[in-house]
Amino acid sequence: MDTLAFLIKRLGQAAVVMLVISIIGFSIQDNLGDPLRELVGQSVSEEVRDELREEMGLNDPFFVQYWRFLTKAVQGDLGTSYFFKKPALEVIMGKFPATFELVLAATFIIIFVSVPVGIYCAIHPKSFFSRLAMAVSIVGISVPVFLTAIFSIYIFAIYLDWLPSYGRGDTVDLGFWRTGFLSLDGLSHLILPALALSSIMLPLFIRLIRGEMMEVLRSEYVRFAWAKGLHPSRVYLLHAFKNTLLPVITVGGVQVGTLIAYTILTETVFQWPGMGFLFLEAVNRVDTPLIIAYIIVVGLIFVITNTIVDLVYTMVNPMVRITGVKG
Amino acid sequence: MIAAVQKAFESNFFYQFRRDPVAVGSASVLLIFVAMAVLAPLIAPQNPYDPLQIDLMDSEIPPVWQQGGDERFVFGTDPQGRDMWSTILYGTGISLLIGVFAVMLQAVMGVSMGLVSGYVGGRIDSFLMRLADIQLSLSTLMVAIIALAVFQAAFGAELYSDLAIVMLILVIGIAEWPQYARTVRANVLAEKEKEYVDAARVIGLSGRRIMFRHILPNTLTPILVISTVQVANAIVAEAALSFLGLGMPVNQPSLGSLIRNGFDYILSGQWWITVIPAIVLIILILAINLLGDWLRDALNPKLYKET
Repeated sequence: MDTLAFLIKRLGQAAVVMLVISIIGFSIQDNLGDPLRELVGQSVSEEVRDELREEMGLNDPFFVQYWRFLTKAVQGDLGTSYFFKKPALEVIMGKFPATFELVLAATFIIIFVSVPVGIYCAIHPKSFFSRLAMAVSIVGISVPVFLTAIFSIYIFAIYLDWLPSYGRGDTVDLGFWRTGFLSLDGLSHLILPALALSSIMLPLFIRLIRGEMMEVLRSEYVRFAWAKGLHPSRVYLLHAFKNTLLPVITVGGVQVGTLIAYTILTETVFQWPGMGFLFLEAVNRVDTPLIIAYIIVVGLIFVITNTIVDLVYTMVNPMVRITGVKG
Repeated sequence: MIAAVQKAFESNFFYQFRRDPVAVGSASVLLIFVAMAVLAPLIAPQNPYDPLQIDLMDSEIPPVWQQGGDERFVFGTDPQGRDMWSTILYGTGISLLIGVFAVMLQAVMGVSMGLVSGYVGGRIDSFLMRLADIQLSLSTLMVAIIALAVFQAAFGAELYSDLAIVMLILVIGIAEWPQYARTVRANVLAEKEKEYVDAARVIGLSGRRIMFRHILPNTLTPILVISTVQVANAIVAEAALSFLGLGMPVNQPSLGSLIRNGFDYILSGQWWITVIPAIVLIILILAINLLGDWLRDALNPKLYKET
């Protein structure tokens, strides 16, 4: 019951955020350029223009126009891209698999590196490896993601010539999804961008897991688990690590927006044909419908992932069910 | 005045600082950078904004230690024939300027909202903190990219490049205020319970006076600590935005736009146009971050902890 109330509250919040994003999107559409000029050009007389303007509803009050925009948007009609001459949503969704696979690969790297390293550094804080990991992580936090990307291109693609430096390589068409996971060429193209994208989050998560884990290891119930004579791996993984997961999930949720922003940077450096690269091209061409479509799609992804993170959080942490309803 | 300086030198804080080589090192590096940026017009061999001093014949010369280097250009030249060392000196100045001003804007907004939120409490508090939560979860870079992209599309690239420096300060400044608001609020909540605040209230001082003259001075330590890290973050954000082409224009480059400018040439072997400004940027950020880390350990303030 509590979970249901929490879910409804979260969905309400998500709806408000989406509404705000749609208003922003709509006001951009209203203020960037003249849709009439895009449609008929300069050579049409003033009378015909007025007639057309009336016909297209451009003289209607703001809220009437906004409502029209919203009903269309809900049906998936976000306008037609000026450059591609195709529906903006279709253009964006065509680029979605590339971005999604990049984020998925980066998340994979983050989880499978930061969890073991973080746990090890918490258990042996004084060892040489832990000190090294901490020193590397402060340097890692200081190197902006686009520089990691540039340096990795310079070293691995130009100097050593081991890996390709741009594009997605061969992709396999699954009908509704073009994947780079299934071909060797596609995978080799994925390595550098995924490493660069994960590099910025890795230090953060290693430090976070280490810090939380060290705190938990000092707590009473862990000492009790030791006293019971449990096997170390059981104490570390089942008792201690499980409880470091909560803050990690919260921070992970906060980082979703940042990760999306970093995909734009990574895709630009590697010319990865994803949504972020497309968005910057659209900005340079002042392709308004495409800009709006990107903002709305990204807003939607952001709201959905945040809601999922919150739900996972309620499932992992029994306490939040009570506080979640009250506050 | 002299007494104050002498007191500062004898303080525990300065003693700790002197004992830590990392702190002394990063502070000196930072000082050198600031001096370089301030003195750029005096020490730079050439003014990269002045077309008369640039010769296209000098373009793409590698650094002196490489074959084909020219001793007039220590770090080589870029495709427009500008001396890299001069553009880096000026660029560091622009990056630092944007970083410092953006953080000042963040601090003014965040500190006042945090003070009001913590001192007044109630509905205003929960409203402001909810706003801060939403602002933080949207991520600065995302907000900045979208806002600047929309401005650039609306103004056109010409007008935008004149306004870029103001826009960057405004966007980075506004997007990061919650960092200050949360920390200040947490400290205000703790300070509010103390007796000196009760005393001030009993004398009949106004709420505003108590907030700004009595509580604020006691929250300055955490403000100082987050400010160092925030300057580093603002400089990184500026560099990222300039790299995407949404920041400083090529004719008035920050470190980020220098990196962007050179990135097109990295595949053809002119590595120095990108790599040298990139290394300068990394050293600058690392110095500020290390200093911030040391300040946090030394002053050990009550910071907002994410749970």
